[in-house]
Amino acid sequence: MLLETRRRFFRLGQGLLGALFALCALPAMAQFRVEVSGVGLTQLPIAIASFRGDAQSPQKIAAIVQADLERSGQFRAVDASGVALDETARPDVALWRQKAADSLVTGSVTRLADGRYDVRFRLWDVVRGQDLGGQSYAVTQGDLRLSAHRIADFIYEKLTGEKGAFSTRIAYVTKAGTRHTLWVADSDGENSQVALASPEPIISPSWSPSGAQLAYVSFESRKPVVYVHEVASGKRRLIANFRGSNSAPAWSPDGRTLAVTLSRDGGSQLYTIDANGGEPRRLTQSGSIDTEPAYSPDGRNIYFVSDRGGAPQIYRMPAGGGGAERVTFTGSYNISPALSPDGRWLAYISRVGGAFKLQVMDLSTSTVNAITDTTADESPSFAPNSRLVVYATQQQGREALMTSTLDGKIKARLGGQAGDIREPDWGPFPKQ
Amino acid sequence: MKRKLLALALVALLAGCGSSVKLDDVPVEDKSGTSVTAAGSGAAAGNQAGAGAAQSNVASVDLSKTGQDAAGPAGTARVIYFDYDSFVIKPEFQSILDAHARYLKANSGRRAAIEGHTDERGGREYNLALGQKRSEAVRRALGLLGVPDSQVEAVSFGKEKPADTGMDEAAFAKNRRAEIAYR
Repeated sequence: MLLETRRRFFRLGQGLLGALFALCALPAMAQFRVEVSGVGLTQLPIAIASFRGDAQSPQKIAAIVQADLERSGQFRAVDASGVALDETARPDVALWRQKAADSLVTGSVTRLADGRYDVRFRLWDVVRGQDLGGQSYAVTQGDLRLSAHRIADFIYEKLTGEKGAFSTRIAYVTKAGTRHTLWVADSDGENSQVALASPEPIISPSWSPSGAQLAYVSFESRKPVVYVHEVASGKRRLIANFRGSNSAPAWSPDGRTLAVTLSRDGGSQLYTIDANGGEPRRLTQSGSIDTEPAYSPDGRNIYFVSDRGGAPQIYRMPAGGGGAERVTFTGSYNISPALSPDGRWLAYISRVGGAFKLQVMDLSTSTVNAITDTTADESPSFAPNSRLVVYATQQQGREALMTSTLDGKIKARLGGQAGDIREPDWGPFPKQ
Repeated sequence: MKRKLLALALVALLAGCGSSVKLDDVPVEDKSGTSVTAAGSGAAAGNQAGAGAAQSNVASVDLSKTGQDAAGPAGTARVIYFDYDSFVIKPEFQSILDAHARYLKANSGRRAAIEGHTDERGGREYNLALGQKRSEAVRRALGLLGVPDSQVEAVSFGKEKPADTGMDEAAFAKNRRAEIAYR
């Protein structure tokens, strides 16, 4: 905690809720809401001045950066409305200290002669009156939001000492009538693009460790089969199309192997397949349901769901197969395991009464917390920096994708597609 | 360099679009994207000056309609319903299975898929496995009636294709089923 000494942490009470909602009223953030619950939160107060040129830019850079930082739960936005500053200006630090900001972001977005945009910013420590650095990006219009997410990553890393995960992507599925669509969106849910549209269901999308491919289950041939889909080109290849059902693809951390559920030998059992295809290798021999494999980040273990004990519970076994040990002990229905990339946390869904609730287990102590107050939670997936979890749920009678901090205190409903939205999977850090 | 490659890939995709692939018999092959301009909110980007190929570009693939079922034995029901959390075929459905078994044995060239389904409650993948248990129960029952395994494939749709989208017990009961579909 290098920066700890100079941070002024703010105790947050419920009273701040209103202020946060008011800040969210900017047009580019129309669909974005941050919910704060609980007391005793420590958040860094940061002011983000409107970027010079934002008004003419098709994407409002300052608003995107601010929304990213707020959604992380680590920052609290300080009102910077009406202030015009760009990255070349030396700010009046006394003014910003008065507004109780610790940091200030200034910047500009300029359209270049070739049609691209030049996005620049600078981060200031207004407590010390120190320039913390800045960057510039020349990007196409299609990558303007990406540049905003990169700015948020820079600020996040500079001020928290941890890597930001804003310039990453989330895959999810929507259903409208009989049309099923697999989308790829920014980590805030915006900028969604269609990867696959099908008249039959699509489930269980799973990003490859490289972030270039998605594995998923498609029912387009009137049965579940597993595809691997190259996102940039749309090129697809069948990876598991065996007799019976093929489902639940999970990548090994090295990207060489996929664990899948197959029923080719009767019953749903776990197998591994080379990512380039080939003959599957059977991992479990249980006579009961074994499904939803998830590799531990070190690649040594596979977590999975089995009803071998009479009801679905989460188990762990060596990645090459072998003896399984039970991991979940509370409740009679625990499914959909997801491991945090840092290996510390297990997220899963537990049926409690008639409700389906997102749980987060600290793997070092096996303590479990239910982190939502919703009752139809599904499909948890961790951000690559292990600080947020994305999941599908129903909120006020509507399907929604939400992110939450692991303590459940800061939640945000992601923007983008409306309607029946499900099966989110958070992609890896981009390869540089 | 990377961007140039992407741009080339996009051009190639646009040039190769429009081929519709029959999905009845899923061959192992690569399929390329069909439409790049239909890419959601970023759709207009391609027409604007200097837009170029964005790094975050996604090529969209739009699949054609899937195949239709063929006819089976005339006048015979093809849906078997199950109790909650059960994979047991109830006696009242035995006559339906008998009729399908007779038909399949008499028409050894015909193939049937047994499609297992669950109600709406619970996880998608776990329900897929539960639906598989239902379809395999029907496949085994047909096997006991003399239908060779090679004529019947047990698959599952889990909770993905409810017969009734209601959220009450009456709807759930209609969704806990196995359908016999001829191909």
